[in-house]
Amino acid sequence: MSELLKMTATQARKSLLKREISSVELLNAYQTAMEKTEALNNYVTPTLEVAKEMAIEADKTYAKGNAGLLAGLPIGVKDLFCTKDIETTACSAMLKGFFPPYESTVTSNVWKSGGVMLGKLNCDEFAMGSSNETSIFGPAINPWSKIDGSDLSPGGSSGGSASSVAAGAALMSLGTDTGGSIRQPAAFCGVVGLKPTYGRCSRWGIVAFASSLDQAGPFTRTVEDSALIFSAMAGHDQKDSTSASLETPNFSEAVHSGIEGLRIGIPAEYYLDGMDTDILNLWRKGRAWLEQAGAKVVDISLPHTKYALPCYYIIAPAEASSNLARYDGVKYGKRMEKESLDAMYEATRADGFGEEVQRRILIGTYALSAGYYDAYYLKAQQVRRLIKEDFDKAFNDVDVILTPTTPTAAFPIGAEISDPITMYLNDVFTVPANLAGLPGISVPAGLSKQGLPLGLQLLAASFREDRIFSAASAIEKQAEFSLAPVRAAGDLQ
Amino acid sequence: MSTLVSGRTGEWEIVIGMEVHAQVVSNSKLFSGSSAIFGASPNNHVSLVDAAMPGMLPVINAQCVKQAVLTGLGLNAKINKFSVFDRKNYFYADLPQGYQISQFKHPIVGEGEVQIELSDGSTHKVGIERLHLEQDAGKSLHDQHPSKSYIDLNRSGVALMEIVSKPEMHSADQAAAYIKKLRSILRYLGTCDGNMEEGSLRADVNVSVRRPGEALGTRTETKNLNSVKFIMQTIEFEVQRQIELIENGGEVVQETRLFDTTTGMTRTMRGKEDAHDYRYFPDPDLLPLTFDDAFIDELKIGMPELPDEIKFRMVNEYGLSSYDANVLTEERETAAFYELASEGRDRKITANWMSVELFGALNKAGIELAQSPVGPNQLGGLIDLISDGSISGKIAKEVFSEMFETGKDAKLIVDEKGLKQVSDESAISAMIDDVLATNSDKVNEYRGGKEKLFGFFVGQVMKASKGQANPGMVNKLLKQKLDF
Repeated sequence: MSELLKMTATQARKSLLKREISSVELLNAYQTAMEKTEALNNYVTPTLEVAKEMAIEADKTYAKGNAGLLAGLPIGVKDLFCTKDIETTACSAMLKGFFPPYESTVTSNVWKSGGVMLGKLNCDEFAMGSSNETSIFGPAINPWSKIDGSDLSPGGSSGGSASSVAAGAALMSLGTDTGGSIRQPAAFCGVVGLKPTYGRCSRWGIVAFASSLDQAGPFTRTVEDSALIFSAMAGHDQKDSTSASLETPNFSEAVHSGIEGLRIGIPAEYYLDGMDTDILNLWRKGRAWLEQAGAKVVDISLPHTKYALPCYYIIAPAEASSNLARYDGVKYGKRMEKESLDAMYEATRADGFGEEVQRRILIGTYALSAGYYDAYYLKAQQVRRLIKEDFDKAFNDVDVILTPTTPTAAFPIGAEISDPITMYLNDVFTVPANLAGLPGISVPAGLSKQGLPLGLQLLAASFREDRIFSAASAIEKQAEFSLAPVRAAGDLQ
Repeated sequence: MSTLVSGRTGEWEIVIGMEVHAQVVSNSKLFSGSSAIFGASPNNHVSLVDAAMPGMLPVINAQCVKQAVLTGLGLNAKINKFSVFDRKNYFYADLPQGYQISQFKHPIVGEGEVQIELSDGSTHKVGIERLHLEQDAGKSLHDQHPSKSYIDLNRSGVALMEIVSKPEMHSADQAAAYIKKLRSILRYLGTCDGNMEEGSLRADVNVSVRRPGEALGTRTETKNLNSVKFIMQTIEFEVQRQIELIENGGEVVQETRLFDTTTGMTRTMRGKEDAHDYRYFPDPDLLPLTFDDAFIDELKIGMPELPDEIKFRMVNEYGLSSYDANVLTEERETAAFYELASEGRDRKITANWMSVELFGALNKAGIELAQSPVGPNQLGGLIDLISDGSISGKIAKEVFSEMFETGKDAKLIVDEKGLKQVSDESAISAMIDDVLATNSDKVNEYRGGKEKLFGFFVGQVMKASKGQANPGMVNKLLKQKLDF
């Protein structure tokens, strides 16, 4: 059983193609893994009956010889993706009991490629959070533990997606990244998390948080697996006006192409005073690894970096305040029956939204309101352009930028939830890429002194995920990170 | 014509601006593919996007963009090749998204103008400030149930053009002329059907008053007027109300009002405190709307002639009266019918026949021009017979009635009924001789001075000829014989 769990997606696919294993067998192994790791609270809605049907179908395609790219591979889905006739809650009381009559484009692409749905994964409510603690289902738990055994946060908002892959309870999973919600949990859980270029993956059918920042992406154990599933997820969608009209190249080549002559930039402004020394050392190690692999590493400057976090925390809540206006009790989801329309709105939204969601709606409404729009929202969008220009200039001189993914390793559950600002600081290295629409990946690269995973982040110019995969692969090879969290389902080493 | 109003303490000038919401003629909605056709049973034309389901996204309908540009061209307005869609945020049960996608800072069409004609023949230019595209909301029905409101989202997301005039109207008559003219242009272009009862054209009217020469007064806005009559009543009421208020020492409050169709009065809808803060910001789900000159030029080429152009030709080339030109250009179909019917014929006679006989018959039968049993070519055929002397004007009326009833051609009816006019001099001369011989006593009376009897003789000759004698010739010959 645990042999099956040890395989990466790439290896599993090879095995399936050779008919050495069957999709159903693979599914059974993951089903057991899910049962073993139930305490991690990753899955909010397991879909094992549906998975069984999908696995059987996948096996048929292997028999026929027309198996899709992801045929038979067990995949978990963040509960932010609308899945047809399967409860989709965004981990909020507002959408508890909501069964979409439609399937999101990205998940549709994955199922069309033969992927098998294990279930819907836990996340922060409406994707708002960096610890998976705002979910109505309670936090997902990191399969990595501190020495003292306290429960650690898997990061957020895609906490369940990261944790399940790390724990061997999903071979791959889907998440979304608006300010770091894939990369940060990937770093906390020691897995690979990719945020594609804005526009690569369709946003149609994904519960919207911040429209100009949201992007779907995969969690995997390896960089190679990431390229595999990303190829299936991405592609132009007419139903999404912000979807890029570009062909999705085959990224698998890039994974193995090496980085001889690739130019790497190290941005001075990502060095923070009092930075965690484990992280600083890992960043230096990363630089050395890339040089060893033949890259040219130079120091660069991204002068407006320090404005990225405040900029993000104006723009994202502003867009969210408008995107979440539709949750009003009128058409679907929760409704508190009251005597007047306004009373119904107030009761429904007070009851349906958790504290963090309410906080962000209030911040966003304020930033857009008369008298404040120019000073906050407009100003933030102007600063955003400057941040993007920093990157555009830098990418004239370098191909890839290397930074840490997070300022710390995973923190205990409950440690930061009472201080929103501390929580927001988790995103300091990840938000710039969202603001600039650039692709970014987090690769597990080492362990902290407490034995917790640390990630390194690689960023590239728009639509240059190929460079990211090449550089990430180089880091992966050198880091030789062994994915063995304490609370994994099987022996994943 | 003075447009000043007399108050108790002196004269007042009225200032009126209008914001017209015109539903775009299109098969589907502005940002979704569901049907925009009116009249379906509730919630049958609602897509996932219209219902604002989680994860839904808008996609612009190019046809609606074309209609807006075309309308801008018809208003002689500046077409903006770059425009932006903004979200207008507010909560209401018939607004599923909790925001309306509209255009705030960068509308698709800029300044233009509309020429209006008043009943006294004077003309007046009303400036257009801008035109932008936006989504319509759904419908709320509050009268279907004692304690519940019903929401129909069929209309939610249908494309609207909001056409904002400059505050350059100064009387209810001007406002009426403006909305009628605007409606006519939209119908000619085929960009809006202008059906005010169904709600595809509605107006918000801004009214203020001021002493002549002074700065603009505070204005009120009265929303959702769906007939010319209500627009005029609103203006008249508001003007009186505001003048009385100010003259009695009060101040006009800037507010939104509603018109009560039963009382003919306006009342406060919401005050400044309750005014919405719409928190406009560019919709991040949509790219800025851009198109090039080629796009605009293609629309220009396909543009139909507009009423003003056609009227100009009718008056200046065809010699029609301004009044007739107005009647014949009221609808695009009428003008087209006329052009066809009058082509190569006497323009004035054709105009007369259309506006008097044809429209009279249509009105009586309660049908529209489109259902007329007499087509343009047929009418033309009738006029040909009058022009070449085959039938008299009087006979023509009979023929027309027959044409209208049976749909037959004029010539066929004339031939079938043997109605061809007699213009043979000798034949008529013989008839006259008969009549005079039979009525010799009256002849003597006539020659003795009773000139009124001339009509009697004409009547007798016409009777004898069963109405087919050429009247002109009868007159001429009769006079000759009588005055001899």
